[in-house]
Amino acid sequence: MSLRTESGPYFGEFGGRWVPESLMAALDELSAEYALAREDPAFAAELAELHRSYTGRPSIITEVPRFAAHAGGARIILKREDLNHTGSHKINNVLGQALLTKRIGKTRVIAETGAGQHGVATATAAALFGLDCVVYMGEVDTERQALNVARMRLLGAEVVAVKSGSRTLKDAINDAMRDWVTNVGNTNYIFGTVAGPHPFPAMVRDFQKIIGEEARQQVLDLTGGLPDAVTACVGGGSNAMGIFHAFLDDAEVALYGYEAAGDGVDTPRHAATITKGSPGVLHGARSLLLQDEDGQTVESHSISAGLDYPGVGPEHAWLASIGRATYLPVTDAQAMDALRLLSRTEGIIPAIESAHALAGTLELGRELGPGATILVNLSGRGDKDMETAGRYFDLLDAGAAQS
Amino acid sequence: MSGAGTGTRSVEQTIALRREAGSGALIGYLPVGFPTLTESIDAAVAIVRNGVDILELGLPYSDPVMDGPVIQAATQEALAGGFRLRHGFEAVRAITAQVDAPVLVMTYWNPVVQYGVDRFADDLLAAGGAGLITPDLIPDEASEWLAASERTGLDRVFLAAPSSSDARLAQTVAASRGFVYAVSTMGITGARADVDAAARILVDRLRAAGSTSTCVGVGISTPEQVREILGYADGAIVGSALVKALADGGVDAVAALAKRLSTGTRDLRPAN
Repeated sequence: MSLRTESGPYFGEFGGRWVPESLMAALDELSAEYALAREDPAFAAELAELHRSYTGRPSIITEVPRFAAHAGGARIILKREDLNHTGSHKINNVLGQALLTKRIGKTRVIAETGAGQHGVATATAAALFGLDCVVYMGEVDTERQALNVARMRLLGAEVVAVKSGSRTLKDAINDAMRDWVTNVGNTNYIFGTVAGPHPFPAMVRDFQKIIGEEARQQVLDLTGGLPDAVTACVGGGSNAMGIFHAFLDDAEVALYGYEAAGDGVDTPRHAATITKGSPGVLHGARSLLLQDEDGQTVESHSISAGLDYPGVGPEHAWLASIGRATYLPVTDAQAMDALRLLSRTEGIIPAIESAHALAGTLELGRELGPGATILVNLSGRGDKDMETAGRYFDLLDAGAAQS
Repeated sequence: MSGAGTGTRSVEQTIALRREAGSGALIGYLPVGFPTLTESIDAAVAIVRNGVDILELGLPYSDPVMDGPVIQAATQEALAGGFRLRHGFEAVRAITAQVDAPVLVMTYWNPVVQYGVDRFADDLLAAGGAGLITPDLIPDEASEWLAASERTGLDRVFLAAPSSSDARLAQTVAASRGFVYAVSTMGITGARADVDAAARILVDRLRAAGSTSTCVGVGISTPEQVREILGYADGAIVGSALVKALADGGVDAVAALAKRLSTGTRDLRPAN
């Protein structure tokens, strides 16, 4: 049975629409319009042209032998989503949803953002299509990703610093949902990941699965075979679903998602939802989440704002439950070491999010040994993280030593 | 159950009695554990003694997407103060021991899921609760709760929105017991100067869909608004204004506001 045909609302026991009634009309409308759009050749053609002439797709793959030398000699190939316009895979989904917004006839878009990559992509698409744009971002994240806040504002978006709860991505989603409940008449919510109520998990995955479709063929062309493993970082999980999806029915290809373990999964400060979470309902979907015994969401922690989320998309929860994909934790320290290693060995500075995938891949390569081929989704570039990395590695002071 | 609790009327009976009196019901929302568990119980009892007919007791939750700033701040404070789900049942028990008004618990769905839907229903019934108001549970996803409420006889109040299709309204009316919660406007909780005309249209549509008991909430904060709504609906739900009064002036202030609001439920048909 194919695993690639799941289209929601449920993935196994996960998914659904656990939302206020006030959102149901909008979700039904979105589902109906998306169902029409995905059958419409004109929609596909317009999106494909944007991918080609605006985003710069197909993104290339890059084999990284000097980095791979630290991974037990496995062949490591990066899918370079970091080279997309706006610096990450997020633009793939946003262009699809922005086209859909135009189709529905709404004039205002809202988005949540953690690292700011989805917010920047949404602000970019809003500028391109002439839509009003408001981006909700946790106050903590506006501080650690200040550069992306400036980018969004330069692009004409309003950035709202969310001060409730943990002041990170989960609270940004709450405020975006409150905005949507209030302004649903003229507003479309461009959701950034494969979580949330149906149709978002399936729709966002569909807009991201181009990553894996391109990469599968590119790896075949380069190596003559499929990779032994495909790896990606997982926060909400859109870049991972994007690269996994094309390989779901290739049983010989192992799939690994790397979650943010923060200070370690045995400490209270982590964001390893699949590793440590339990089934429940958050942000409109039944999935796995970090929660206490009363069902209160537990605050997550990660050095990476984009992975600092106590939930995960329902399709990942399903793939974990049926054993098709394996999810493992990577600490802040492991990710930062991998970030520096890729920078120094290959001249590629990855986003801290993507560095989690690199760190996991280093260990996986040592396990699989020489002769194995691993495809890694390099989901974003590290420009936005320079302040965090600068502080982490003590590179910013005038007198800082090169270690 | 014993004592005052045995006198507790059902939600439907309460609304029917108020309607027969020529008016409608005043439903007051307060969160458990704000500002403390004891004061939240005292405040709930006080608003019933000052004219609130039905209590909507909120369980603080970490991610309350339907709540505006006033209720968010209060429930966040309750959580920071150590609110646990079991305090919800304690509060229901303490309140129903003192006053006869039915107590509906308003809760987001995940706490119920984690507690166990059947266990939650059993414990709520044992504590003297009348049922649940579920702001982020639609009937489509509610099969477990429909079964548990059928088994226990608890009320289940689902929400209806101005944007809901006729088919969805019919489904909501069919699934609801106690009343249907008509969301007055597209938006989250919080006092508003004008309650939308949308509310009146929604109540008419719900009635056409078969609802015999429709209460309007979101944005209601004055006796005038209560009176206006009871002109066409079976109940008016006030939340943020009461929470703000409790936050600003304690139990006395929230009792005083309840008394003022309840004047909106009187003199609707002076000839009576």
